[in-house]
Amino acid sequence: MSVRRVAHIAGVYEHPLREIPDKTVAQIHAQVAVGALADAGLTIADVDAYYSAGDAPGFGALSMADYLGLDCHHLNDTETGGSSYLLHVQQAAQAIAAGHIDVALITLAGKPRTGGAGPGGSARFGSAPEAGFENQFGMGVISGYAMAATRHMYEYGTTSAQLAEIKVAASTHAQHNPNAFLKDVVTVDQVLESRMISDPLHLLDACVVTDGGGALVVVSDAVAKRLDRHTIPVLGTGFGFKGMNSGRVDLTHTGARISGPAAFEEAGVTPSDIDYASIYDSFTITVLVTLEDLGFCEKGKGGEFVLDGALQAPYGRLPFNTDGGGLCNNHPANRGGMTKVIEAVRQLRGEAHAEVQVPDCEIALAHGTGGSMATRMGSATLILGRD
Amino acid sequence: MSDSYTSYLPAKAPEPNVETQPFWDATAQGRIDLAVCDDCGFIPWYPRLMCPDCQSTSMTWTTMAGTGTVYSYSVTRAGVGRAWKEHLPFVLAYVQLDEGPIMMTNVVACDPDEVEVGMAVTAVFDDTGEGTAIIRFTPTQRDSNE
Repeated sequence: MSVRRVAHIAGVYEHPLREIPDKTVAQIHAQVAVGALADAGLTIADVDAYYSAGDAPGFGALSMADYLGLDCHHLNDTETGGSSYLLHVQQAAQAIAAGHIDVALITLAGKPRTGGAGPGGSARFGSAPEAGFENQFGMGVISGYAMAATRHMYEYGTTSAQLAEIKVAASTHAQHNPNAFLKDVVTVDQVLESRMISDPLHLLDACVVTDGGGALVVVSDAVAKRLDRHTIPVLGTGFGFKGMNSGRVDLTHTGARISGPAAFEEAGVTPSDIDYASIYDSFTITVLVTLEDLGFCEKGKGGEFVLDGALQAPYGRLPFNTDGGGLCNNHPANRGGMTKVIEAVRQLRGEAHAEVQVPDCEIALAHGTGGSMATRMGSATLILGRD
Repeated sequence: MSDSYTSYLPAKAPEPNVETQPFWDATAQGRIDLAVCDDCGFIPWYPRLMCPDCQSTSMTWTTMAGTGTVYSYSVTRAGVGRAWKEHLPFVLAYVQLDEGPIMMTNVVACDPDEVEVGMAVTAVFDDTGEGTAIIRFTPTQRDSNE
C-alpha cells in the first residue's frame, strides 16, 4: 500500500544547544517533544502514537512515554541507528494509512559531548552474534568508514580532495547558522591539511560530536487540514537493510540503493525533480556514496558530481544540508537522521536561512544512514513535498 | 600452519559459545576452521551453524588455507580507546580468504604505509592466553628466487 500524501509533517524542533551539561537525556527528549508539538500547534494531549529509538533511555519508548505523560495507544521503538527517525516517519505514515493513529510524536536526544555514551542500544552490542569477530581489531566508527573510502578510491579513483568538497559545501552553509557547532568556512586545503585520523579520512572529513536533540510531529490528513501551520506532505518513503551478506562484503554501496528507488517510486518523482537534499553526513564518504546510490549520479561518479560547488545552496546543482549538516552544525546523540528531516522541512516551508534558502523549493529529499557502512546498516529515504 | 605469534596488538579473549567453540578451538591450534554448508557449499563469515543461503543446518567445520588478499584497509592514527592508543598507527583491514569469505582483521608485522588493496597476506594467530587466538594477517613472504 502506498502511503503517498497520507501523512504530513506538521511540527519540527531542533534543540538550539550543542552542549547541554545541566539536563538529563530524558529532559532533552521532553524539551524537543514540546517544541515540535508547539511548532505544529498541538499539545502532549493530542499525541496518540510515540516513536523512539536506541537513544531513548531505560526501556526506550515505554520509559519515555511514561516520563512525557503520554496517553497513547501506539508505541514504536524501532532501532536502526541514525536512520531510525526517518524510518519512524514511514512507519507513522503506514499507521496513519491504516487508520490506527492521527498524531505521531518522534523524539531524539543525547549527550555524547558532555554526558558520555548514550544509554540506549549500544548496551546490547556485547551479546551480538558478530561481537567476537569484530571487536578484536580496534575498529572505531571512523576507521570503518575509512575502509569504505579506501575501497571506493581503489575501485573508482575517488580522491581526498573530492571528499573535501563535501565538507567545504557544508561549512559554507554553517556560517549562516548561529547555532552551528562549527561556523567557520573551510577550504579543500584546510580539510586535506587537517589531522589524519584513519587513512584516508581526516579530522575534517568527520561529523561533529554534539549534545542535543530534535523531534517531529507527523499527522493525518484530517489533522493537517485543521492546523494553521504549513504542513509538509510525505510523498515517498523507503527503507533498505544492507549487511555483510555473510562474508560477501561490499563497501562501496549502501542501503540507499534499496531505500532510494522505493521512495522515488512511491512519490512518483525522479532524482532530477529534487530541489533540495538532506544527505546523512557522518563522514564525507557517507555523502558521496549515498548520492550515487540514490541515483543523483552513476555509481563511481560521486567524486566528480560534488565538484564545482554542486552541493552549495542556493544555486548548486543539488543544494544539500543547508543547516551545515552533521559535518558542521549538529549530530545530536551521534545520530544525524532527525536533523536531516528538520532542515528539509525548513526548506519546503521557506524557513531556511535566507542565504541558503533554495528558491521555489517544492520537492525535498531526506536520507538517513544508521549503523555502519563498514558492517551493517539501515538506510531510510523520505521525499517530502509542499501543499 | 603457523606457529604461535605475537603481534603486540591487544588480543582480548573472545567468549566462545556453543555455536562458535570449534572455530575458537581451531584458532588456538593455528587454523582457520569455518563451517561449510554440506548442501550448497557456501562458507559464511562469521561462522554460524545455519547456512544463510539455503537454511541447511548440515554444516561441516573445514580448515581454510589461511591465505588471502586485502579487500580494504585503513591505517588508524588516532581516535581509538585506551587499549589501542599505544599501538598507533595500526592497520584495520578486511581480508578476503582464498576460499571466498571476507573477514575483519588487522594487517601486522609490516610498515602500515606499505599495505595496499589486493596485497597477498597470510594468517597469523595471536594467542589470547585463554585457549583461543585472534586471527591477523601479515604480507605473504615472496620467494627470494622469484
